[in-house]
Amino acid sequence: MRPVFVNIGERTNVTGSAKFKKLIVEGNFSEALSVARQQVEAGAQVIDVNMDEGLLDSEQAMITFLNLMAAEPDIARVPVMIDSSKWEVIEAGLKCVQGKAIVNSISMKEGEAKFIEQAKLCLRYGAAVVVMAFDEVGQADTAARKIEICTKAYDILVNKVGFPPEDIIFDPNIFAVATGIEEHDNYAVDFIEGTREIKARCPHARISGGVSNVSFSFRGNEPVRRAIHSVFLYHAINAGMDMGIVNAGDLPVYDDIDPVLREAVEDVILNRPQRTNVSNTERLVDMAPGYKGEKGAAQQVNLAWREGTVGERITHALVNGVTEFIEADTEEARLAAERPLHVIEGPLMDGMNVVGDLFGAGKMFLPQVVKSARVMKQAVAWLMPFMEAEKEGQERKAAGKVLMATVKGDVHDIGKNIVGVVLQCNNYEVVDLGVMVPADRILEEARKHEVDMIGLSGLITPSLDEMVFVAAEMERQGFDIPLLIGGATTSRTHTAVKIEPAYRRGPTTYVVDASRAVGVVSSLLSETDKDRVVADTRAEYVKVREQYARGQTVKARTAIGEARKRRFAIDWKDYTPPRPLFTGTRVFEPSLAELEPFIDWSPFFASWELIGRYPQILEDDVVGEAARDLYRDARAMLDKVIAEKWFGAKGVIGFWPAQAVEDDVVLFSDETRTVEIARLHTLRQQMDKGAGKANLALADFVAPVGGPADYVGGFAVTAGHGEDEIVKTFKDAGDDYSAIMASALADRLAEAFAEWLHYKARVELWGYAAEEGFDADALIGEKYVGIRPAPGYPAQPDHTEKGTLFRLLGAEAATGMALTESFAMSPGAAVSGLYFSHPQSHYFGVGKIDFDQVEDYARRKGWDLATTERWLSPILNYDPHARARGEAA
Amino acid sequence: MTDLTLRDLSSRLGRVAALKAAAKERILILDGSWGVMFQKKKLTEADYRAERFANFDGQMKGNNDILCLTRPDLVAELHDAYFSAGADISETNTFSGTTIAQADYRLGEQDVWDINLEGARIGRQVADRWNAENPDRPKFIAGSIGPLNVMLSMSSDVNDPGARKVTFDQVYQAYRQQVDALYQGGVDLFLIETITDTLNCKAAIKAILDWRDEGHEELPIWISGTITDRSGRTLSGQTAEAFWNSIKHAKPFAVGFNCALGADLMRPHIAEMARIADTLVAAYPNAGLPNAMGEYDEEPHETGHALHEWAKDGLVNILGGCCGTTPDHIRHVADEVRGVAPRAIPERPKAMRLAGLEPFELA
Repeated sequence: MRPVFVNIGERTNVTGSAKFKKLIVEGNFSEALSVARQQVEAGAQVIDVNMDEGLLDSEQAMITFLNLMAAEPDIARVPVMIDSSKWEVIEAGLKCVQGKAIVNSISMKEGEAKFIEQAKLCLRYGAAVVVMAFDEVGQADTAARKIEICTKAYDILVNKVGFPPEDIIFDPNIFAVATGIEEHDNYAVDFIEGTREIKARCPHARISGGVSNVSFSFRGNEPVRRAIHSVFLYHAINAGMDMGIVNAGDLPVYDDIDPVLREAVEDVILNRPQRTNVSNTERLVDMAPGYKGEKGAAQQVNLAWREGTVGERITHALVNGVTEFIEADTEEARLAAERPLHVIEGPLMDGMNVVGDLFGAGKMFLPQVVKSARVMKQAVAWLMPFMEAEKEGQERKAAGKVLMATVKGDVHDIGKNIVGVVLQCNNYEVVDLGVMVPADRILEEARKHEVDMIGLSGLITPSLDEMVFVAAEMERQGFDIPLLIGGATTSRTHTAVKIEPAYRRGPTTYVVDASRAVGVVSSLLSETDKDRVVADTRAEYVKVREQYARGQTVKARTAIGEARKRRFAIDWKDYTPPRPLFTGTRVFEPSLAELEPFIDWSPFFASWELIGRYPQILEDDVVGEAARDLYRDARAMLDKVIAEKWFGAKGVIGFWPAQAVEDDVVLFSDETRTVEIARLHTLRQQMDKGAGKANLALADFVAPVGGPADYVGGFAVTAGHGEDEIVKTFKDAGDDYSAIMASALADRLAEAFAEWLHYKARVELWGYAAEEGFDADALIGEKYVGIRPAPGYPAQPDHTEKGTLFRLLGAEAATGMALTESFAMSPGAAVSGLYFSHPQSHYFGVGKIDFDQVEDYARRKGWDLATTERWLSPILNYDPHARARGEAA
Repeated sequence: MTDLTLRDLSSRLGRVAALKAAAKERILILDGSWGVMFQKKKLTEADYRAERFANFDGQMKGNNDILCLTRPDLVAELHDAYFSAGADISETNTFSGTTIAQADYRLGEQDVWDINLEGARIGRQVADRWNAENPDRPKFIAGSIGPLNVMLSMSSDVNDPGARKVTFDQVYQAYRQQVDALYQGGVDLFLIETITDTLNCKAAIKAILDWRDEGHEELPIWISGTITDRSGRTLSGQTAEAFWNSIKHAKPFAVGFNCALGADLMRPHIAEMARIADTLVAAYPNAGLPNAMGEYDEEPHETGHALHEWAKDGLVNILGGCCGTTPDHIRHVADEVRGVAPRAIPERPKAMRLAGLEPFELA
């Protein structure tokens, strides 16, 4: 099991936050509420509310604040921890919360009778409880006292009061260390050891604590305090600490702390024998001012970690992603080990377990984990020749074997690759079949490799149908292994409604992102958990289907004829559409350096599951550290990509005379506007939009036949030529981190190319916004005139329109791009779309459409109904199978 | 087969034991709506007042609970009708029998006490008569503890989100009086129902548990929340699982939902409760959604069919009807689920399960 640590926000605690205290004392409750809201938004799973302040009527303040909080659904959704040293305040709080709260805290300090009375009341109000390790003698300081008091309290609660053991949380007291008083030196060790023993003796009970106490003697020196908290938590969580009141966003990753500082802190926390003639405390006190206010201190290259044992060094290298010494260290470990395999099973897996735990506890983030994998692979590569020489043929026992593939018709694989790496880091063997893999090959390879489960990935909407097909094939061919579904367009709802019902023999699970993958895979392979997890998921999906079915019945649609009457009415009478410089197509091959300023970095971070806007994300409390490292690596690689021309960028643009005819746009060969060369089909919104709001289709943005002469543009660009080769080189070298990075950069450059070309179109080629200045933020914010919607996206969900666009542009010949059978573009780092110039043109989503429009669209496209419904399946407002059955009957 | 004749139905603890035994063997049937049945009687203001309240200020018509005192014959007739239709459990006519809810009609503490006491006595007498004639098919009386017109979790003033009309202690006191009177009148179990605000419900739970601590018998508690609309939440904003986490400490005999929704819309929430609750699951939906006239159109056989599906799918242990259902509906439900096995109570691994508006589980 991975340790799961619950951070309890402390900012709505007057004893923990000076700012909050000031707000409450001044009676500024609305601002105080926003503090609570920020905490929940930042991910606090429980909110601690404490009003213990001499200047306050604490009881009234607790009532007022909790009542106000109850009126804010975005805050009230999480449970409350009612925190006070006064019972009256706690009970007043309990009378204000409808949910199940945690009381913090009760204890035996006023004797057993009082303790039992308060515990019974907690039970009666339906609250969980924090029990402080405190009795009539005083607060427990040594491990022995902590254990004695907590086990006694546990016995009373469970056996005398009838308190559910799973609702008990012990706070065995965290006291300050490094105070200069020798008796205090062992306090952190006492807590850690006490925690370990209490967890062992009190089944189902939990451990919590107020972490900031431990560093009290360093107040005023936040960097050192944070380092102390991080180190303390690292050890306490390993010993079984489940939750803590701590400002987690502030903490450095344990392994990112400057090693010299970390060692000194660790000596203090673990009360190790002193290394020199100065005590551990004095050493840390001496060192501390040097770190005060220096965020960069941790960045200095410091090789102190090289002084550890080989195991420690390997772990350090894995956690920090340092490849520099890994071969030497692995060799040293190999010489000391009986067999090379033991190095993998011993120090390397130990190190990866640390990585997995830190990741599970939210202390490491994806890019860091992928870097760890790179170190791991390099170490294993070093050992391979020795293992082969051994010729014992005994394979390493993996935790399980997972087959992964991007389905037929789809070329996107960054997410899949990240999941693969994360699984490998956790000792799973991954059989990666790559992209565009047909169902029969997936199943053939699954049998051949005897895999334990299959993971499918896809990014474009037609892949959803292909996944349903794979699932149905698994059913038909008698598979019963778990099926995992992931990728940008997949969803829990789609998985529950469409995929799971197609595959009944085995379990199907939607995996929302890479950070969940290990949990899902391990539970599905666990002998003890599997049945429960499978049953829970099935039950959950039944619920999802029921909710979906309910949602289905209520969407009223406007008839297509009516919707057309409600088109987006542009007044064309006094409007002259701008005329482009040329009609027909032109090819562009900009240098990557030209594209670089157009890069939007926010999606880059999102592809690594770091969520936030660039550049603010670099300073983010929680992920800032990881984001900065990732950005530094990305910029370094981008410099190389540009200087060494890793990728080829090619694009084509075209403009054509155009007029709208109902929901279609007719393109003409020349200005005579007599010969039709193509017809772009657009789809119209049919939702009930209420008075005064239009039912949009893209065709509305083009002047109709009989109106002024108008134009439509189109483009297709890629920055992905050469990407496959680069990625393969990195993969072959065991460097998945760089491989994924290269793919992500190629994607960004393709998007930047689209942005660059659109800018060029506006100011020069179509020239309707010649005065527009260049401002990257404005571009990213889409604050410009005209749009560039892409087929397959919300404004035109039909991917097949890309076929028309590519034909018009001659895109294959001009750029070397191709379309798959699902109309995904290859290379994957590519963007295409249409240009509309009208100042009122804007992005929108078509939403669900009804059968009347489907019939009409089929006629316009020259398709039969089944084909039309297949391509439009994600946006149908009805069940096409039910319709087909109804028609047959 | 449990030998029910060994259970002494003339003693309360004997009946409680018989109730628990019966719940193991079959799906139990609760009665249906009372409001709609009183409506059909076309009662007048005079029916509601009788002699006792002849000179009271204001309107009394519509205060159905007072009929326990003014038309006990009608109340007894309805219990009888529902038992005849196949109900195992019938509720006292005390849905609004708290001093807080009755303040609208300006009834005093003694009047409210009498409503509950008499309401329970009437039910007791009817059930005892059935039990004497048919001891192998025992009938039970549930003391109805309904919602209040004031809520502890929601503001009473649009301009002040922190404002509350009542305190927890006031709600607690009101419920506690009702519990005591219902008990004295002879109910077999308590049914806290149509819960719109979980904090109100928690006050009722505390009232019952504290009262029990004073040496009273441990009568089963049945807790029935209300999911108000398609949002899937209670009026006070909780999801089904958050609701369960918040009231589980009552160790209820049964938990579930009633009112607001018909069977089709209630089903997912009952399915959810069936998955998470390690106790009996009970449901009594409305007869569909009201039409434009505020009347319920769902036919008895439709209700029966829908609830049969639930039973067949192992979702429920107790079924009945709420607004708009009649003895005929209950007869259909009872007939449809006869012989269908009750839901097996699942065992869930121990874990700390907390709740705000949403559940939180520390696995």
